[in-house]
This record gives sequence, C-alpha cells and structure tokens, in this order.
Amino acid sequence: MAVLIYAESSDGKFKKVAFELASYASEVAAATGTSVTAVTVNAGDVSELYNYGVHKVLQVSDARLNDFNAKAYADVVVQAAKQESASVVVLSSTTDSLYLAPLVTVHLQGGFASNVVALPASYAPFQVKRTAFSNKAFSITEISQDVKVLSIAKNSFGLKANSVSGNAEAFAPTLHDGDFSVKIESIEAGNGKVSIADADIVVSGGRGLKGPENWGMLEDLATTLGAATACSKPVSDLGWRPHSEHVGQTGKPVATNLYIAVGISGAIQHIAGINSSKVKVVINSDPEAPFFKVADYGVVGDAFEILPKLNEKLKAFKANN
Amino acid sequence: MKILVCISHVPDTTSKINFTDGDTKFDTNGVQFVINPNDEFGLTRAIWFQEQQGASVTVVNVGGADSEPTLRKALAIGANDAIRVNAEPTDGFFVAKQLAEVAKAGNYDLIIAGKESLDYNGGMVPGMLAALLNINFVNSCIGLTVEGTTAKAVREMDGGKETMSAQLPLVIGGQKGLVEEKDLRIPNMRGIMTARTKTLTVLEPVAADQASKSVKFEKPAAKQAVKLVSADNLDELINLLHNEAKVI
Repeated sequence: MAVLIYAESSDGKFKKVAFELASYASEVAAATGTSVTAVTVNAGDVSELYNYGVHKVLQVSDARLNDFNAKAYADVVVQAAKQESASVVVLSSTTDSLYLAPLVTVHLQGGFASNVVALPASYAPFQVKRTAFSNKAFSITEISQDVKVLSIAKNSFGLKANSVSGNAEAFAPTLHDGDFSVKIESIEAGNGKVSIADADIVVSGGRGLKGPENWGMLEDLATTLGAATACSKPVSDLGWRPHSEHVGQTGKPVATNLYIAVGISGAIQHIAGINSSKVKVVINSDPEAPFFKVADYGVVGDAFEILPKLNEKLKAFKANN
Repeated sequence: MKILVCISHVPDTTSKINFTDGDTKFDTNGVQFVINPNDEFGLTRAIWFQEQQGASVTVVNVGGADSEPTLRKALAIGANDAIRVNAEPTDGFFVAKQLAEVAKAGNYDLIIAGKESLDYNGGMVPGMLAALLNINFVNSCIGLTVEGTTAKAVREMDGGKETMSAQLPLVIGGQKGLVEEKDLRIPNMRGIMTARTKTLTVLEPVAADQASKSVKFEKPAAKQAVKLVSADNLDELINLLHNEAKVI
C-alpha cells in the first residue's frame, strides 16, 4: 500500500508543484498508515523529494519520454500505481497532469476528483473538497472506487517540509508502440517569460489600459515582481494580447498568491476564473467597479499614473529586501 | 467523416449559484441554461468541417428532458441530428460510459467534447471516453484540421503550444481557440425552424458504476471588505502586501 505521486519535472528539474504534491501525499499517508512513493520521468537529482516526505522514488529514464506524451505517461503512472498497490494517486493541475489523469483513472478502474483544495475530509467514505461552478462554490465529492485519483489545485496546500530518509530505484515500465500513436510534430515554447500556470504573481490588464501600445508599463511591473502577465477577455477578443494570456471562466484559471488587476472592471466571468488567487489587488479609476467587492486591496485612480510610480517604488523595495 | 459532438447543458456563465435540499442539489430556479462554452467552440468547428469537408455532425447529451432545448439549439446552429441519453449526469465516469456506448454504435471518426464543463468542472469526460474506447486523445485543443484519416491538432500547454498528429478515430478535449469567439454562431430563424424537424433520438442509459459523486455543496465564506489605499500613498500598498498579506 502506498500513496503515489507523479512528480513532474522539466528539463530534469522538479517543478515546485512536485513538492506540493509530496507535502499533500505525506499527510494522506500519515492518516492512512502508509507511505509515499513518487514516480519520476527523466528527472535528475531526486533527493529533494525526501525533504517533503517521499520514502521511495521510482525513477524512469527513457529517451522516448523526453517529450510529454499523455498516453505513455499515463501508462507509466498506472504501472507504478499497480506495483505499489497505490490506493490514492495524487496528481497536479498542470495541463499535462490534467491530460493524463482521466486516462490513469480509467486504467486503474478508479474514481477521479479534480481541483481538490484540501486534505480528504473523511477517509471512509473517501470525501474531498473541490471547487466547482468555476470557483463560485465547493463540492464535497465522494469517491467510491478502490483507487482514488486526485488532482490538487495549485497553491491550495503549499509546501510542508518533512524530512525522511528515502531511496530511489530504477523503474522500467513496459511501453507499447500504441502509447506513442499521438505524435508530436512541433513544440512552440512561450516567450521565455514566466507562464501564468507557474507564476506566484500575475499582473493582469483590462480595457482600462486603452490599447496594446500601453502594455509596456504592465510588463515593466511584471518584470519587477517576477510575475506573469495576463489579460481580460475583451482584451484578447480585441486582439490586443494573445489568447494564451486570457484569464477568466472561459480562459485560463489563475490561482496565484497575488493577482494584480489593472483597468479590469471585474465581470462575474473574470472573477470566477481568478477567485482562487490568495490576495487580489485592484487598480481602477472607477470606484464603483465591481472588482473592488472581491478585492483585498484597492487603489482608485489613473493606472497611467499609478503603474509607473508603483513600479519605481517596488524596484526600490526589492533592492532593499 | 462522421463527427460526434458531446454537449453539456450548463448554467449560463452569469448565473447566481445557489443550492437546495440541504445544499445537496444545484438550485435551477431562475437559471438560464446554455451549451457549455467549451463544447460550443467544438460544435462550431464541427459545423466548419460539415460545410468545408462534407462531414456529418451528431450532437449528444447525457441529461433529462430539460436539456432538449439546448440540443435543439445545437441543431439550429447546424448539427444534422441529436441523441439524448436519458439519465442525470451526476458523475463524469458514468457520463463517459454512456457516451462511449453512443460512440461505438455510431462508428464516429471524430469525437469532440469540451475539456471541462463549467458546472462541475470535472475535466474528465473526454479523457475517460478516449480511454474507454481505446482511441487517440488530444486535450486542451486549440486548433484542428483533418486530411483523409489524419488529424493535426494543436494543444495548449503551460507556457506554449504543440502541434500533434494522430490517426482517426480521435477524441478531442476542446476549448476556445478551436474557433474564435467571433466565429460562434447565433441560430437564425431558418435554423430554428429546420431544427424542429431534425431527428432527436432518446436512448436509455446502460448500466455503469458511479465512480464519484457530489454529496454536498458549500459556498465560499463571505469576504472582508476591500482595504482602499490612496493613489498618493503607494508605499502603504507595498507595506500591506509585504507585512500583512506576505505575498511580496
């Protein structure tokens, strides 16, 4: 028996979310009297996982898995889960993990819950709290199958250091040609800037910025904060910014530590997409903008004056902290 | 090419979300239902294949009789025919199992479903459907073309995108990008009139496990009022973010 996590890496280095999954899984393991096993694919040094409660690492090294391939990766996770007799499989909410989670679930004849925001509320019956209705509500979801597959919402649990002594062993799952029947033709990486999914801080602009030529000051602020940039739906519909930056109910969901909205009025669909963010700052010239109702901090004023000033002050702050 | 488009019947995105029966059921009172937006992008792309490449488009929904207006709307947009599996869609696995039966019976080349529905946000139906049918699957799809029996699909990744190729049959988890917002169609009067006479078949569900179910709903706790900072005192904002919120 074990709790299995798939610890995602990119270019051999673990993503931060791998340690969040380990932290979550080690509490589940403690509550159910079992231990945590992590499966990794072409990761380099795995020892950092031991700092977050992972006892055993199944290390897969296979050149065919250099690029993510959902079917093949699902096969890896399924075979690891079977070997470890895992009753709980914990995955992240990256696009890759959400791609493979339903495949893993069907092959393990399990039950799946996505967007999980807390440790299981109960183990028998197995119940977890997850967001639903685009963050306007929570659902307590019960999984009745023997194997429970969970995707943990980003930043919902955080990192909990829990140093244990672990060991790693090579793991060579059997892969079939059929696993690679969806072929990757080309990959277009982003612009090298922080992606919305990975960012701890997101700076987002709306129609209040008046035109694409004014995005420089938003990007400057994002650079100072190490943040990703995003935009509201009208801005992407108008073609001011690429669709990949559109956040909201029909765009990307955002669950960052800090979300700064500039010139966005706060339509209900936008709020739904960003409401899982921990701290929300709204900068808007209209004191009646509905976004202020859900914000933690607000500044009423002209973004064209505030952004450059805020950027200078933050630069000074960063230099001293 | 035969295309099956899976349609969820969901509350309009502006709906107030409330629950009844001791917070165990969604309160449909006064709520307008629509085609799930992620499904609508897929439906519109399917209609493009119908017009450009002579594909036939069947829409399917797992739901009660109350979802028929949503299917009729899909027919008015241009789908050739519709199927409703007469069961409450309370569990993603159960829904995928029903859709798999419909897909097998109809021998479809391309199956398009939204990557998630905007009500339960389970995000599992397209992938489970592909796994149950043991056919190719591309999720978070933002571009799709088909030539002969080969599909080219573009997938959105965290911080990038990739182009993939796969043989049909194929399941697509679709989203905005399959078509753009401006390409979505509003049914015209002629479409609405012809939709009335198109075939809508009602099937009874097959037996399937319920793998997960929502036992209770909660609304987020009311939040504290916003703290306003003067535009002349941005140092205070930085102070609050650093010392109070501890996010910078």
